Amino acid sequence: MTTELILAGFGGQGILFAGKILAYCGLMAGKELSWLPSYGPEMRGGTANCSVCISDEPIGSPLVTHPDCLIAMNGPSYTKFVNAVKPNGLILLDNSVVEETETRADVKTIALPATDMATEHNLNGSANMILLGRMLAETNLFDLDTVQKAMEKCIPPKRAHLIAANMNAVKIGVESK
Amino acid sequence: MERSLMKGNEALAEAAIRAGCKCFFGYPITPQTELSAYMAKKMQKAGGVFLQAESEIAAINMVLGATSTGVRAMTSSSSPGISLKAEGISYMAGSDLPGVIINVQRGGPGLGSIQPAQSDYYQATHAMGHGDFHIFVFAPSSVQEMVDMITLAFDKADQYRMPAMILADGLLGQMMEPVTFPEPMQNLPDKSDWATSGHKKQRAHHIINSLFLDPEQLEQKVKERFARYAIVEANETRAESYLCDDAEIVVTAYGASARVAKSAVNAARKEGIKAGLFRPITLWPFPKTELQAATKSAKHILDVEMSMGQMVDDVRLATECRIPVSFFGRTGGVIPTPAEVLAELKKLAGGAE
Repeated sequence: MTTELILAGFGGQGILFAGKILAYCGLMAGKELSWLPSYGPEMRGGTANCSVCISDEPIGSPLVTHPDCLIAMNGPSYTKFVNAVKPNGLILLDNSVVEETETRADVKTIALPATDMATEHNLNGSANMILLGRMLAETNLFDLDTVQKAMEKCIPPKRAHLIAANMNAVKIGVESK
Repeated sequence: MERSLMKGNEALAEAAIRAGCKCFFGYPITPQTELSAYMAKKMQKAGGVFLQAESEIAAINMVLGATSTGVRAMTSSSSPGISLKAEGISYMAGSDLPGVIINVQRGGPGLGSIQPAQSDYYQATHAMGHGDFHIFVFAPSSVQEMVDMITLAFDKADQYRMPAMILADGLLGQMMEPVTFPEPMQNLPDKSDWATSGHKKQRAHHIINSLFLDPEQLEQKVKERFARYAIVEANETRAESYLCDDAEIVVTAYGASARVAKSAVNAARKEGIKAGLFRPITLWPFPKTELQAATKSAKHILDVEMSMGQMVDDVRLATECRIPVSFFGRTGGVIPTPAEVLAELKKLAGGAE
């Protein structure tokens, strides 16, 4: 089985990082995986996205054109990718930021005020992890143990204090279901 | 070995250090900059030299100088920067120097775009500078293969005393995949019979030179070099054949576009189209006999590239035009999709019936 995801939002929201955690989950779970960022003139405040593929078989093209799941953290990203999502796919959006909602009947859309939720829990900047947690709860792609291992592997030792906060945010996402 | 997750660019750098590369000279350019950045961080700790040169031309000439002394040296760049290195690569070939050059290709011509492309195939395989010469050209299609190819490139460059290029692209350079690294190489080849590493008044001077004013002497030199190229062509070709045995349509593609093509071939098989993939791993020497073997039951070849069609000429030459060859490509930094390639396969399958 192959799961293809696109994570998209403003630069600075932690889109590429959320994708990386997902990729590291694949690594820790012994899966085949790829992570491909958009690169170029993107910068803080501009749009950024990444393609993540998780599979039991070797990955062909790492560029996801029709994702099974889209995580959209801003309006332009939602508009750009909403029609690319496969029928019966999943869309998670941060409706603290994204104004558009549920424009497609053939996919499951989950709107979560992730940015506001992060602020409420004193976890500013962790909306990405809340959305990631909710996605994992919806898809059962990886369990929390795997996410913990992924963070330990991905986050360098000098930033290890961030693991707990990120895990808390993931759990808030999981429990929002 | 433990699997780790790394960007292609970083994996190339780590693999080079493990392959015994002691000198890296570079100049930043997207989409290969992570390679230089990794080298800046790690090379000195590994007991080597990292130097950001004042230009690409300076960097390749530093590689020329370093390899003259027998050490393993490397430079990396992306398309426009590789054009600047062309002169130095020709001088290295003319001086029988090894050395590894990495091209993480982007769209061209000119400054072009910074997105992935494969439009430097002609340059790499047929005219990487002026004069009669060849270089090794390796085309990895995964991060793991980038690691494996670096070791191979250094080894083959030393063995045959010729420059070797890794022809990658922005997609492979930027993507992360699981990768395992070999243990650092311990015993590097002995080059004391030609390297200019100091004669200590105990032997005659070794001379590294590409200038031969006597045309007869130069002709002789070039002919000797081409005799070596013939050995390389006979022994050093590499390719992957995937589902080619019964394939009626064989897709030819290398590097990143081979990944796209493989997805399309798998999709085509599910729809009952007998498709296969032939992926050259060495672009020079081009795997002619392997391609002939892979296309023995083929009625059609579809060449897929991220260019307007460059390798397609070598595919036609290798198959001596016995099988019709079609082409599909995107260029300028646009990555073809498996769906686009599948549509081409369906067209050909429909036409063949």
